[in-house]
Amino acid sequence: MALFDFLQHLLGLQKPSATTARERLQLVLAHDRSDLNPELLERMRREILEVVQKYVEIDIESGDVSLATDDRVTALVANLPIRRARPLPSNSLEPKARANPTNPEVLAPGDNPEIPEPNPMTDGGNPGPLDSAEDHAPTAASP
Amino acid sequence: MTAIPARVILICSGKGGVGKTTLTANLGIALARLGETTVVLDADFGLRNLDLLLGLENRIVYNAQDVLEETCRLEQALVKHKQEPNLSLLPAGNARMLDWLTSDDMKKIVGMLAERANFVLIDCPAGIETGFRNAAAAAKEAIVITTPEMAAVRDADRVIGLLNTQGVAPVQMVLNRVRPKMVANQDMLGVSDVTDILALPLLGLVLEDEQVITSTNRGEPLTLNGSLSPAGRAYMNVARRLRGEEVPLIDPSRERRGLRARLMGKIRRTTGLF
Repeated sequence: MALFDFLQHLLGLQKPSATTARERLQLVLAHDRSDLNPELLERMRREILEVVQKYVEIDIESGDVSLATDDRVTALVANLPIRRARPLPSNSLEPKARANPTNPEVLAPGDNPEIPEPNPMTDGGNPGPLDSAEDHAPTAASP
Repeated sequence: MTAIPARVILICSGKGGVGKTTLTANLGIALARLGETTVVLDADFGLRNLDLLLGLENRIVYNAQDVLEETCRLEQALVKHKQEPNLSLLPAGNARMLDWLTSDDMKKIVGMLAERANFVLIDCPAGIETGFRNAAAAAKEAIVITTPEMAAVRDADRVIGLLNTQGVAPVQMVLNRVRPKMVANQDMLGVSDVTDILALPLLGLVLEDEQVITSTNRGEPLTLNGSLSPAGRAYMNVARRLRGEEVPLIDPSRERRGLRARLMGKIRRTTGLF
């Protein structure tokens, strides 16, 4: 290691080059293995967000769709914080899904129909039953 | 010839210059020394070098092309090694073979070799084009050799993907040219970094060793004379593990002391002081 590198390393200014290599490799291999170039991935990301937005209001700024790879399996990981569910036209879904009529179909799983507590974060418009309990719950999708 | 079907092993890397041919030569000699009838096939028709590393370049009369065209019998084309008669080389034909050779041709040659050997090692060309695909089509299992460098690991990953789709299995890995000091300083990818990323079982770990170059100069693979050089021992261990023996992997950090001790031993021997 050159002296300059060593000093930078010592002062915590620079990561060890092996760490950088590992991180760069993991990223490039995730893309290599899926045969998706960044442009395609971006297009897919936008389309996924559009679809998800039909059902739930999501935080687009902090939403993230990326590739992760582990043990030679590449997964498409979407982390989309949900602000709240959207009201749906009643004919678009089957009517049976929920026992509690005050809580219409919400796509995110695991919500609690017992307590449809209003969310203080959602200012104005559409208060009440549609505010889901799983605000900012991530939805993950893998292939 | 033998009751047990031959092990047909492809030795490949994707990237060039990471040590495919060196591994093939050393592994061939090592297996022969362990009593296995072994044939090494130079499938790098464009840039053949296996003959050179084995010191057999002056003894080639016929090659794989002549066998395919039936201008000679297989026995005539096979070059038997001087010191290790268990090992034979089937030399590559000329580069024009690349134009017409098919995977069926490759399978035919390998099939003929498999009838007369316990191990058939195929020295694969670099790249992932036709030469690689033909060689892979003829192989049952594979050893991917790589070094702890970005480009080598990335290319190895591509090759592993292709081997998986071609149904070659098992695929194992040899990590070559590891520099323990650089790994300790976190300036080189470590063993676990590479095995994690490529998700392959580690068949061998070979440290950077200048003796690889000198042995190539002489056309005498390190495994030939029971050399105690680190790389020579590593190649020998790969051969043992291939045969199912349990041989523990060397610890790169401890090997550093071994290197120094070996150097002292060499000084002692050459100066004749002790």
